[in-house]
Amino acid sequence: MTDEQKNREKALTDIGNEQNAEREAKLKAAAEARAARAAAKEKAEAEAAEAALAEPPKPPSPKQPELDALVALLKEQINDSVIEDAYVNELNSDMPTIIVNHTYWREAAQLLKEHEGLQFNYLRNVSGVDYETHMEVVYHLVSLASKREAAVKVKTDRKEAAVYSVTPIWATANWNEREIYDLLGINFPGHPDMRRIMMPDEWVGHPLRKDYEPLDSEV
Amino acid sequence: MIRTEELLLNVGPQHPSTHGVFRIIVKLDGEVITEATPVMGYLHRGTEKIAENLNFTQIIPYTDRMDYVSAMTNNYVLVHAVETMMGLEVPLRAEFLRLIVMELQRIASHLVWWGTYLLDIGAMSPFLYAFRDREMIIDLFNELCGARLTYNYMRVGGVKWDAPPGWMDKVRDFIPYMEGKLQEYDKLVSGNEIFLARIKGVGQYDAATAIDYGLSGANLRCTGVDWDIRKAEPYSLYSRFEFDVPLGKNGDCYDRYRIRLEEIRQSLRILKQALQQFPEGGETMGKVPRAIRPPVGEVYVRIESPRGEIGCHIVSKGKAEPYRLKFRRPSFVNLQILPKLLVGETMTNLITILGGIDIVVGEVDC
Repeated sequence: MTDEQKNREKALTDIGNEQNAEREAKLKAAAEARAARAAAKEKAEAEAAEAALAEPPKPPSPKQPELDALVALLKEQINDSVIEDAYVNELNSDMPTIIVNHTYWREAAQLLKEHEGLQFNYLRNVSGVDYETHMEVVYHLVSLASKREAAVKVKTDRKEAAVYSVTPIWATANWNEREIYDLLGINFPGHPDMRRIMMPDEWVGHPLRKDYEPLDSEV
Repeated sequence: MIRTEELLLNVGPQHPSTHGVFRIIVKLDGEVITEATPVMGYLHRGTEKIAENLNFTQIIPYTDRMDYVSAMTNNYVLVHAVETMMGLEVPLRAEFLRLIVMELQRIASHLVWWGTYLLDIGAMSPFLYAFRDREMIIDLFNELCGARLTYNYMRVGGVKWDAPPGWMDKVRDFIPYMEGKLQEYDKLVSGNEIFLARIKGVGQYDAATAIDYGLSGANLRCTGVDWDIRKAEPYSLYSRFEFDVPLGKNGDCYDRYRIRLEEIRQSLRILKQALQQFPEGGETMGKVPRAIRPPVGEVYVRIESPRGEIGCHIVSKGKAEPYRLKFRRPSFVNLQILPKLLVGETMTNLITILGGIDIVVGEVDC
């Protein structure tokens, strides 16, 4: 290769690098703007919820005592800060829903499955949701003996999304967690076989993330 | 000296016994499997991602293509989730029509399973009988909604088309026909010694394992766990009908076989009662707002598909499109136990066990 050719090639790669950097900066700015919008929206929603509180309260749901008992039990057995939030999901036939602090998720999961009063032995579904401000993993549990149901949510950061794996507790979580890792990029420390499951192994990015940009738009 | 090194064998994705494009890599020590690794994704179309840009009516055809052997139940789980969220009421006639097509679909799906399972094991003719009888159901569906497999029949708030005149009579005639054929199936296959030797005691697991792996449908009930969502958490109109939930004891392929055949009988029983109670007149669509926008929040509903618990998790931000849509596909969850079951089995039993789980790859990969 002559010097001239070498120089030309170098110039070309420099231009390529510059374009890449520009593109990355643009993407980053767009992602930040999106996160800011989502945060502002959430704030507005919270304010609206506060306004709604001023109205006369509705009669409590029949599932409220069940939820209160669940929250009290978790707090007593683990820690006061284990529950971040708890509510009855009226849209979903009054499903008791709790948001567990991710630091205590492993202990909480163990307790949910094994405590005599709960016995949530059947994990029916695991979903991951990208809320743009944060990530969430939702576990839908049911006790086959008492037919009681609960939805448990664990929130995690978007940048280094990670939630303790519950595969050692419910074997059914295995492929579900792999699917969430593959499509949403949430890591599950403690998982025995954390690999992509749907997309090819060499795929770049996690398609179900809201800011996903395909590496090759032709594909 | 005989060389005794391990052999790595690739099965699928194009292989007649894997029911679609399912691939599994097995490590063999002679004839015995020491390790099995399923490889998924060959039919992954990103339904959940596509759905985020579609409104709910537009998503219904995509559900047809997930479990294409049982499209009616897939239709139902999506519209049921949206209706639960919006608190919509479905007219009685529409709900009856839905229930009738779902039970017909269960029979059709089990017939496909029965035929292909025996084909896997090496019996050619049952496949032809099963598809002959399934064709009668397909014809009924064709008359009802103009499609043989991908029906796109249900809508949020009801069904798209009322039954054409004389359709109910055809369903009524089908019931005794199918009952007769079931006896024929039993005579032809269920007592066959070679067949029994191939499936009895094969692919066995206990109730605790089944629950731990989240199995559902016949895969769970073959261990004796009494869990059929139609009975345990009744949806639609199932609480109105009398039917039994067939259970197994041993948790092997034979029990799963018996359960699926018995479920056809129970579905016929439900159909008989449904036809008796079918309302004379009435609407097929309820009062649905022009734009279907579920309120902000989320919902998880589940129903009993022929393969087990199919669930739908919708997160809505009050828009016409879902913010996130996730399907809990029974084939995907049930398949997880396969690598565990295969260790120590022979290659012939791989086909028997895989067939016994009853997967549809469109649903595994989604």
